[in-house]
Amino acid sequence: MSSLPVVFKFRLYVADDALNSAQARSNLAALCKTYLPDRSEVELVDVFKEPKRALLDAIFMTPTLIRLAPLPVRRIVGSLSQTDLVLRALDLEGETDAAQRSVGAIHRV
Amino acid sequence: MQAKRLPGPSGAGKAPTGISGFDAITGGGLPLGRTTLLVGGPGSGKTVFALQFLVHGVQHCDEPGVFVAFEETSQCILDNASGFGWNLNAPQRKRLFFLDAQPQPDLVQSGDFDFCGMLAALESQAGATGARRIVFDALDIVLALLPDPHAQRREIYRLHTWLLARKLTGIITLKADTDHTNAISQQPFGFMQFMVDCAVILNHSVVQGVSQRNLRVQKFRGSSFDENESPFLIGASGVEVAGARTLDSVETQVSTERISSGVERLDTMLGGGYYRGASVLVTGFSGTAKTTLSGAFVQAACQRGERTLFVSFDSEGSEVIRNLASVGIRLAPFVKSGVLRMASARTISGSAETYLVRIKALAREHRARCVVIDPVSTWSKSGTDLNAHSVAERLIDWSKADGTTLLCTRLLDEMSSPAEGSSPLQISAQVDTWIHLNYLVQAGERNRGLSIIKSRGTAHSNQVRELILSDSGVTLADIYTAGGEVLMGTLRWEKERAERVANEAVEVARKLKRVRLDAEEAELEVRVKSLQTELVAKQIEKALLLSSSKSLAGDVSRDRTRLEELRGADAIPPAVRTGGAP
Repeated sequence: MSSLPVVFKFRLYVADDALNSAQARSNLAALCKTYLPDRSEVELVDVFKEPKRALLDAIFMTPTLIRLAPLPVRRIVGSLSQTDLVLRALDLEGETDAAQRSVGAIHRV
Repeated sequence: MQAKRLPGPSGAGKAPTGISGFDAITGGGLPLGRTTLLVGGPGSGKTVFALQFLVHGVQHCDEPGVFVAFEETSQCILDNASGFGWNLNAPQRKRLFFLDAQPQPDLVQSGDFDFCGMLAALESQAGATGARRIVFDALDIVLALLPDPHAQRREIYRLHTWLLARKLTGIITLKADTDHTNAISQQPFGFMQFMVDCAVILNHSVVQGVSQRNLRVQKFRGSSFDENESPFLIGASGVEVAGARTLDSVETQVSTERISSGVERLDTMLGGGYYRGASVLVTGFSGTAKTTLSGAFVQAACQRGERTLFVSFDSEGSEVIRNLASVGIRLAPFVKSGVLRMASARTISGSAETYLVRIKALAREHRARCVVIDPVSTWSKSGTDLNAHSVAERLIDWSKADGTTLLCTRLLDEMSSPAEGSSPLQISAQVDTWIHLNYLVQAGERNRGLSIIKSRGTAHSNQVRELILSDSGVTLADIYTAGGEVLMGTLRWEKERAERVANEAVEVARKLKRVRLDAEEAELEVRVKSLQTELVAKQIEKALLLSSSKSLAGDVSRDRTRLEELRGADAIPPAVRTGGAP
């Protein structure tokens, strides 16, 4: 289907090791592994360590995931626990069937 | 708006808001270093209140501020605020930081989240600017994004703890349906009221078609406060709370100067006139010459060259001037020369609160020393009586503080009981001088009576006077009291004439009697004289008699001696010598 592999660039703002931040981190990792194997880049930003960046990116709620590429930029707030919703927001719905076999990976967290 | 920091310990631990009236209610402002919850419905003035608090901090308290906008963009807020004339210069502008925290419309929310991002950003910002004041405007917007009440509660606590740890004086505004103010604690974020140190409820309601804003401090830990609802207004310079004057407020300068009421005999009745800066209330039914009496006062003030404002709620200014000219009060020249300003309040619509602000603004603009409001009772029509009452109270307060002499008229409802105090607008307790005009209907005639019900600090006449209007002006006449009866008008004239006639009759009778007595006296005197003459005559006669009888006796002895000599008698017979008897 996808002839040209599109690289997904993410920036995930977290608040230290707060519970929902940690959840988001592992949820994102699982999602990338399942749906975007080898075509995703994730940058982690801790708001406590880099508050200026949070301010510049207008991050008020943590965790916040920003999809920088492909455009348009998307923002998802929360622990990313509702996979279907997250996939829809990231325009990855079409890939769901292809990756059906390993969907359970996300729910485990 | 000028900051007024209250002196003394009452102001300690408070962050002044610069909102006139509010600082008085709370004894100095919001709790310093604590969080205040500002709850109100849509359009109740939460954002303006909060922003004014920050602007005041930057301008007058050297406290930089942060405004976190969840609802409107900061540009919108600044644009809206520019209308209030809070001009921040460039360095001040830099000390007021706006953080746009509106959730983007395309924001997708999946799962739980927290406010750590915002707090981290604020932490760095507040640290950089040294902010002491912070406002979270419309926090409910982001709270609503949280998946469950538990998370909401958690985030509110997180925010609160953060604020306390940073010792920031914070305001959190929340939208709430304040129609049922008591039920706020039942509402989604009601528990916040228990958490914060101070809670203020803003209420915007429409009473009988008139918009009305009220503010109430619901709680204030560790401080006393005015617990009542206070009306407030969003005016040209922001929020203005109509707080009652507290004991802290500056004692106003009282004057002992007397100024004429414009009616000579009324001045005499009042012991010289109204006091300068006093508030005078003229009550009466319609047509009892309330406006005329105010007109006389205005004329007198203008003749002294005092700038005067005449606010008429009944008719146009030109109408008032025309009508007053018919009783010899000529105001037109003063309007022309600019001393007198006529304002027709028929064009002002809105609540009593609005009227007050407009009148204050007019008076300030005109630099008026005397203000006449005719009639002030109109206010009770716009909105509730309670509100009109409090507005009138503040009007008096304001005029006193300003040293303006205020004359208000109050229309009494003819249907209401004749007791003077039964008007819905009971401001009579606050005024210094209260003049009551009344009708006396007698013998098919209606006559105007004037009485001074009270006049503070003045020995005033207790007599009812008849108020007579003629084309040469207003005069007062003594009324006729006889046999417990009060007579006025024609009856007074008749009675007076009858008495005059009776007096004349008595006088004539008296004169007659005197003449008669004079005559009798004269007669008696004459009689006394004639009797005295008679007496003298008698005395003479008696004397004559005495002397004649003496000479007679002498004659007899002399005759006998002569006879004896003639007879040649040799001896005197002894019988003759001792008595003549043999």
